[in-house]
Amino acid sequence: MTYDPRIQHLLRRAGFGATAAEAAYYSQRGVAAAIDELVNFGRVADDVDARFAAGEPLSPSSVINDARQRWLFRMVSTRRPLQEKMALFWHNHFATAYSKVAGRVGGPEATRMMCAKSAEHPAGIRGQLELFRDYALPNFRDLLTEVARDPAMLVWLDGRANTKVRPQENFAREIMELFTIGVGQFVEADVYAGARVFTGWNLQQIGNRDDPNAFYQFFYNAAQHDTNAKAFSFAIYGNGGRTIPARAAAGGMQDGLDLIAALARHPETARRLARKLWSFFVSEVQPPDERFVEQIATVYLQSDCHMASTVRAVLLSREFQAQSSHFARYSWPVEYVARALKEVGYAGYPLNNALSPLSNMGQQLFEPPDVGGWTLGPSWFSTAGMLARMNFASNLVGRQRTDIGRAATGNGATPEALLSFYLDRLTPAPYERAAYEDLLAYLRGGAPWTGTEAQLRVKAPGLLHLIVGSSEYQLV
Amino acid sequence: MRGGVAAFTLGFAAPRFLCDAALAQGAGFRNLVVVYLAGGNDSLSMLVPYRDPFYAARRPTLAVPAGQALQIGTDSAGNELGLHPRLTGLKTIFNEGRLALIQRTGYENSSRSHFEGTDIWSTAKPESTQGPGWLGRYLDSIPAPVDPLSAWNTAGETPRALQAQTVAVPSILNPATYAFQSPNGTAEAENERACAIRMSSHLPIERPHLSFVNASAQAAFATLDRVAQVGAYAPSITYPNNGFALALRAVAGALSAQIGTRVFWVQTGGYDTHAAQNTLNGSYATLMTTLNDGLTAFYQDLSNQGLMNDTLVLQFSEFGRRVSENGSNGTDHGAGSVMMAFGGQVRGGLYGTAPSLSPDPANPTLENGANDVRHETDFRSVYARVLDQWLGTDSAGILGGDFRSGSPEFL
Repeated sequence: MTYDPRIQHLLRRAGFGATAAEAAYYSQRGVAAAIDELVNFGRVADDVDARFAAGEPLSPSSVINDARQRWLFRMVSTRRPLQEKMALFWHNHFATAYSKVAGRVGGPEATRMMCAKSAEHPAGIRGQLELFRDYALPNFRDLLTEVARDPAMLVWLDGRANTKVRPQENFAREIMELFTIGVGQFVEADVYAGARVFTGWNLQQIGNRDDPNAFYQFFYNAAQHDTNAKAFSFAIYGNGGRTIPARAAAGGMQDGLDLIAALARHPETARRLARKLWSFFVSEVQPPDERFVEQIATVYLQSDCHMASTVRAVLLSREFQAQSSHFARYSWPVEYVARALKEVGYAGYPLNNALSPLSNMGQQLFEPPDVGGWTLGPSWFSTAGMLARMNFASNLVGRQRTDIGRAATGNGATPEALLSFYLDRLTPAPYERAAYEDLLAYLRGGAPWTGTEAQLRVKAPGLLHLIVGSSEYQLV
Repeated sequence: MRGGVAAFTLGFAAPRFLCDAALAQGAGFRNLVVVYLAGGNDSLSMLVPYRDPFYAARRPTLAVPAGQALQIGTDSAGNELGLHPRLTGLKTIFNEGRLALIQRTGYENSSRSHFEGTDIWSTAKPESTQGPGWLGRYLDSIPAPVDPLSAWNTAGETPRALQAQTVAVPSILNPATYAFQSPNGTAEAENERACAIRMSSHLPIERPHLSFVNASAQAAFATLDRVAQVGAYAPSITYPNNGFALALRAVAGALSAQIGTRVFWVQTGGYDTHAAQNTLNGSYATLMTTLNDGLTAFYQDLSNQGLMNDTLVLQFSEFGRRVSENGSNGTDHGAGSVMMAFGGQVRGGLYGTAPSLSPDPANPTLENGANDVRHETDFRSVYARVLDQWLGTDSAGILGGDFRSGSPEFL
């Protein structure tokens, strides 16, 4: 039961790992067809919410921890893994933290703003996560436009208070520094001009303040829009023009759309996205290959900011497919947890159990540390982060002990047989001889090997804990 | 680590985790507690120039009135200054002569970016923020073998300032839960732990990223037992129940147990006050309460145990905020800020001079069209004093240049 390692690699990167059934399914289709199916996820039916709702009753559109469980459930069980992986990518890219939003508008409304489905909202407004899902792979410019009008973002970066009398710089700075062109590509004066561009992009509350059904929605407040011209240090228009012209207030929203379009098609945005996609999909061990960056940036620009074409090019690239890219990333905590759940099995496992460990590993969903997102790569592996991963493995394996013991029965005639059984099912990076011998020594330790059910009930969970908690398993 | 992994594992000599060696290194050693106010602290609300004729005009809703500022006298230029009204405990420490306030700290061409700004303060290299942090370079300068508990980070991620080449600094948020768990009972749990320790001891040189993760696991195992002592710490006073104060409580526990740590990192966020800053009774006031109550409890707890003479607390933030408030009753990203230092051996007082808040573009104490505070003291000269006078090392070697000249003499 050995699966195609290229498929395993693809599913670790473009998804959250694979169950045995998924690995078999995609292996049978082959790499090219698998990429095709992952990218064109709209063709695949989505029944995750119905399955989630069939579980224990939760309130994922008003209670943030329930929303975290719902997202984790989707990561683990979706048949559209790339959509979910890109939603996670965008969540980190447009990093918005629930706590600040909740501090301003209260927990239930903040949860709704962050992650409600449109059907769960009185006015059908989708939460930010739904935005990331809907725009997982379509056009980046459209995504940027939606983000600029997104209620959670308007609270998070204070756009709701951006008025012509006193422009608010927070969103204007970050849309340039973090969401598009990056530091060094703009000057302070661009931040001030950008703030004026988005004056009047505010929020309004619908319904009485005390009404539990009251909500906030985006509102272009023409009376608060600065109608003067705004000059930038970089091209805004295709003809090289750097000044957004003075406009009547009623049509002033066009200022923001012009700036967003300019930022989306800026060549440095293309390169920054290409570098981020390199780290997210290809490798954190090798720095971004400049030829790759130019190639992917070109696809992005030539496709008019189309992310599906861009991500497809990443997955089809020689660099992505290279053997040297296998296990060349440090798994994010949610990647690690989701993959462990899929590979160890999570039948009956309360996903609520994963939330505190995720926080200890340094990644609480909907709570990035700041607008720059999480610090990725080796930074996940503080001692406490590593300990939290080992301890999550312990909790998961302990809870699933019965299933694990049952599956091991008949596969543990010798310590070597048991180890080989698990190394076929789990996907750690290859063990060096010394680490492999350590695992065998663990199995041989204590009482002599009998392979009885009683022994497997102890040794199989112990071995799984060691594998899932090992450094090799942290690499994806 | 940003590309530092290869360098890290090459330099990482498997340390000899000798508890006595650590104790020998630690006993009587001075320690440094760095407090980072994340988000860019509005230092004009923390150390208030309440007599400045432009102060109230430029901050109509945010200014702290003279009658409410905790007046602490004048600086060398005759500016009258006061602490934020919630900083009552810090005022007591100031009155005891143990709190130094260093005004207008920063650097030329101050970055207004949180990320670049934090990297610059963390590496002390405004020109290029590559490589280990300034405290990491200090740790790298300690003769090998370096005790893995030489530094202790109380925040989730290892902060840039503590990233080193020869030691993986442990992140210990809560000493009580810093333990290795097992799905099995005691005897088998010990077998698992022994195996995990063996597996993490392999550092294959051709797989630096795997070795890096193993080194982190190894450092975790090497620190578990000593940290467990701290988990049982009973402080001499009650700390507030918030993350910042509990982190300081853990630091006090580590100092009390003399486990040998020299550098601690504590941080508290929420300082990016673009909107609804509400200096007197809103979000900024809450920030000041958290800061004051945590630091005051720490000071009292350590003083009660006679440990404050060995302790230096150094506070910084990645930038100050704009002089004029914005339209959302907040302040945007600025430049120069205020650093604080306190401890049993600190020469307290007001260092440097407050800015004039005059909006005249020619005002030499402001920059960026008189919008932001211009630095007067290079933050690296503060680091230099800490390195030379407190940690007893050579600041020029660690900072990559001599920043002693003009350094405020708070130590």
